[in-house]
Amino acid sequence: MFDSLTSRLGSVFEGLKRRGALKEADVKEAMREVRLALLEADVALPVVKSFIKTVTDKAVGAEVLKSVTPGQQVVKIVNDALVEMLGSENTGLNLLGEPPVAIMMVGLQGSGKTTSTAKIAKRLTEKERKKVMMASLDVARPAAQEQLAVLGEQVEVKTLPIVPGQQPVDIAKRAMQAARLGGFDVVMLDTAGRLHIDDSLMDEVAAVKAAAGPSETILVADAMTGQDAVTVADSFHKRIGLSGIMLTRIDGDARGGAALSMRQVTDCPIKFLGTGEKMDELEEFHADRIAGRILGMGDVVSLVEKAAETIEQEEAEALAKKMQKGEFDLDDMAKQLKQMRKMGGMEGLMGMLPGVGKMKQQMAGANIDDKMILRQEAIISSMTKKERQNPKVIHASRKKRIAAGSGTSVQDVNKLLKQHLMMSKMMKKVSKLGKKGFMRSLGNMMPPNMMPPGGMR
Amino acid sequence: MSWFQKLKSGLSKSSTKIVSSISSVITKRKLDDEALEELEEALIAADLGPVTAAKLTASLAKSRFDKEVTDEEVRGALAEDIAIILDPVAKPLEIDRSKGPHVVLVVGVNGSGKTTTIGKMAQHYSAQGLKVMLAAGDTFRAAAVEQLKIWGDRTGCKVVARETGADAAGLAYDAIESARAEGADLLLIDTAGRLHNKKDLMAELEKVVRVIAKLDASAPHNTLLVLDATVGQNAHSQVETFQSIVNVSGLVVTKLDGTAKGGVLVALAEKFGLPVHAIGVGETADDLKPFEADAYAKSLMGLAD
Ligand SMILES: Nc1nc2c(ncn2[C@@H]2O[C@H](COP(=O)(O)OP(=O)(O)OP(=O)(O)O)[C@@H](O)[C@H]2O)c(=O)[nH]1
Ligand SMILES: Nc1nc2c(ncn2[C@@H]2O[C@H](COP(=O)(O)OP(=O)(O)OP(=O)(O)O)[C@@H](O)[C@H]2O)c(=O)[nH]1
Ligand SMILES: [Mg+2]
Ligand SMILES: [Mg+2]
Repeated sequence: MFDSLTSRLGSVFEGLKRRGALKEADVKEAMREVRLALLEADVALPVVKSFIKTVTDKAVGAEVLKSVTPGQQVVKIVNDALVEMLGSENTGLNLLGEPPVAIMMVGLQGSGKTTSTAKIAKRLTEKERKKVMMASLDVARPAAQEQLAVLGEQVEVKTLPIVPGQQPVDIAKRAMQAARLGGFDVVMLDTAGRLHIDDSLMDEVAAVKAAAGPSETILVADAMTGQDAVTVADSFHKRIGLSGIMLTRIDGDARGGAALSMRQVTDCPIKFLGTGEKMDELEEFHADRIAGRILGMGDVVSLVEKAAETIEQEEAEALAKKMQKGEFDLDDMAKQLKQMRKMGGMEGLMGMLPGVGKMKQQMAGANIDDKMILRQEAIISSMTKKERQNPKVIHASRKKRIAAGSGTSVQDVNKLLKQHLMMSKMMKKVSKLGKKGFMRSLGNMMPPNMMPPGGMR
Repeated sequence: MSWFQKLKSGLSKSSTKIVSSISSVITKRKLDDEALEELEEALIAADLGPVTAAKLTASLAKSRFDKEVTDEEVRGALAEDIAIILDPVAKPLEIDRSKGPHVVLVVGVNGSGKTTTIGKMAQHYSAQGLKVMLAAGDTFRAAAVEQLKIWGDRTGCKVVARETGADAAGLAYDAIESARAEGADLLLIDTAGRLHNKKDLMAELEKVVRVIAKLDASAPHNTLLVLDATVGQNAHSQVETFQSIVNVSGLVVTKLDGTAKGGVLVALAEKFGLPVHAIGVGETADDLKPFEADAYAKSLMGLAD
């Protein structure tokens, strides 16, 4: 359903001469695609509109760089604007002030507040060596306070003892008092989930804030949130004043447009990302990665930048043509491997795609590393021309020779041949899809199951 | 407040946006391109998604383009079109007492409202005179078992549970056996929240289904996917994956008491045709209501029923 923006823009600019400045009419048309991509990514409509306006102004008249297509140029401009809007500065938590400093977590029901409270507490304890206490002010949800207590045990952070029947403002006061007496640096206050239109519960959380005087008030929101993100963030911000946003469930496959919506409407930095249910699955915010995700194409932009630097355009095009015909011999594979290596190797390439952490694990599992690329290049260079063009002729005795010549084993040679077979199958698929472009095929060259969700398709 | 009032008061807040944008565009003026575009945007703002919004707008344009129309007419017409799409999926969950027990498995992404929905269903079906049992199949999340036990106490239903960390499939097996032994009519099985793109967690869920089927080949008789109304276009991916792996038989949409209206439902109804059995409109046991296409469509468009 989500075609990558790059290929969409590619078709907008098809037939356009490569060189020169971007024309207003073309940019306008391109922006229609950008608008659609953003809406599909759940960026809220008012935010989409203002964004499109900003980007149009930037794009009209911009020079198209050599060796880059107009479509790629527009993607770059769009991406840069998105990164800027998301806020590239990486702000940590504000823990200034006389201890104990309070951090309050607020948000809709089920957004991930309790889990995130414990994650942040763990991080502050372990990485910043703070003495942290957690307190649950959730008197509404069944077993909410027990939940935080269990998590406290898991992450080895103290939780305020539960006093049944005590109300949120009183619990907050008791927590601050206990922390003061116990010499704690930070008090994490987990609050009950609430709707932003529930006046009495919004009053309650405002009263808690007044009582605890937190240095951070963080809105915890689900990365899967739709258009309502603006309303929610705006209401919470207006009613109680936020200092930051945490986006949870970024480990899902949602495009995460809510990040942009909430950032835009509150002007609060996104401080953390929740990347899973486990207690160490917390990451700092990286605007470029989220931008790529919202646009639905991984960080194609830096890939484009690097590619433009290192790859001879003609060579890539020739290769693309061969692939389209479904031809892909071992010579071509050697070229691909070399280019991969030039672009920073697998690691570098992976680093530019979303969901990196997981992919690195998978990579480790599949034994794909840069050394392997080198070894594979060596194997191919030990083959005769005939063998490279027609791998079918490589039987047992030839395999032995090739292994000896490249300082590898027959097993390695077999592995390479198998991978080649797999790649050429994939190439055929690519060519059937009929879309050209080196980036696409490169993306498809990765072994199956290694492509991130919504990645470079 | 009646549930409809509750739904409407929530809806009317989000709908004010739609309504005011539609009103400002259309009050006694020609339904021209510009008006249609803004109409389309109002639908997008309600999470119907760009494609469905465009389709609905186009069909409206066919019948009324360039006509002088009022705000009310446009809203009414759109609500009718939406109701036509939703009507076939508005079906309550039918419990068959002869199954002994009728087994309902409740699945969904994290925090969507599974456990709470089970509590509400327990209340609803107990009140109808059914003997209901609950299975604490979320053996992963901290205090998930305790949470369901409290719902069991509240609704007077027995809860089958093991300690956190136990095998979910094994628990489901136990639960069916004890539900049989106790002569329960309905067994509601909770599961841990999981994101649909996590292969291992989805495989675990598949195993739960497989183990259940060992005891009763026709079970689970229903597999409900619980969707949070605040969700955006990712709902497509959720439904698709859960359906393909555990054969979802119906949906429940929660948190419709907020300002998010789950407009993506309209597109989901067209694409998957899965019944929407019920909606959640609050956090108490009584806050589960039937899904009514007309009322939902009307409230989505800010119209009184
Ligand atoms: N996959 C994933 N799940 C998460 C993440 N953060 C939280 N969760 C899960 O989301 C569900 C809800 O999390 P909670 O922390 O209970 O949410 P909450 O906001 O405290 O909920 P209420 O207190 O009921 O409003 C749980 O199943 C968590 O394990 C995340 O970053 N990724
Ligand atoms: N306002 C409102 N809140 C709801 C509704 N349904 C559930 N909730 C709240 O949403 C939060 C999460 O609900 P749960 O039932 O724990 O969700 P879950 O899907 O079981 O969560 P996990 O097991 O952690 O994946 C709780 O705070 C519930 O009270 C609803 O219809 N309206
Ligand atoms: Mg909580
Ligand atoms: Mg649950």
